[in-house]
Amino acid sequence: MARPKKLRKLKNPPIVKGFSPIGKATGKGQEPILINYDEYEALRLADYNMSNHLQASVKMQISRATFTRIYAHARRKLATALVEGRPILFQGGPVYFDSQWHYCRQCPCYFNHLEKDEKTIACPLCLSTDITSCKEKIF
Amino acid sequence: MKIAITSSGNSPDSVMDSRFGRCMYFVFYDTKTGAMEFVPNPNKDAIEGAGPASVQLVASKGVDKVISGEFGNKVKALFDSLKVQLIIPENPSLTINQIVDKFVKQQK
Repeated sequence: MARPKKLRKLKNPPIVKGFSPIGKATGKGQEPILINYDEYEALRLADYNMSNHLQASVKMQISRATFTRIYAHARRKLATALVEGRPILFQGGPVYFDSQWHYCRQCPCYFNHLEKDEKTIACPLCLSTDITSCKEKIF
Repeated sequence: MKIAITSSGNSPDSVMDSRFGRCMYFVFYDTKTGAMEFVPNPNKDAIEGAGPASVQLVASKGVDKVISGEFGNKVKALFDSLKVQLIIPENPSLTINQIVDKFVKQQK
């Protein structure tokens, strides 16, 4: 039996579910290309954020070699979709999402924060800003 | 905005349920209209997969925030990918009314 795949860490899921080609072949029994979430994340880190494979692999908590393999897969799938004019679907893959947990001292309650780009974080229950981030998972 | 709260009874005075997948009732509260809906949990007695099934039920209502006492690992990952915020109050004896009041106060 093959060794189970390590889970890859993702910042956010893609903002769209996929892409479809424009033109003649649109939706005519075209088998969509399935791009896994980990492959999407590899593309995002390497080609969009322009980080090198080592930095990117640390972010996804996998080894450098694994990252390069995932990235190569992603490039190939993307190229196939472009050349053959096939739709792209983002789906599945051995991933987990990076959610940051915070603790509100006023309520008190724990909550996670999804808008990672937002700087000011307020408690969703009492709107107080008296919060700390918890590094370890207590629950 | 819609909020889901897990409840141990079907009245606003009942205490929040500390489990998510196998809670007795789900309360769906709409902050805009103030409407409150109690839905009995069909996965209450499920042997396996109660969490993901409950996530599906809650997500089908278009909820932005979920309040419960505890979330399993599968549930947390699912809600993360659906962009639903999870809130875990530390005081387990909060009633549904008390939680809803906090959201009513926010609006003012």
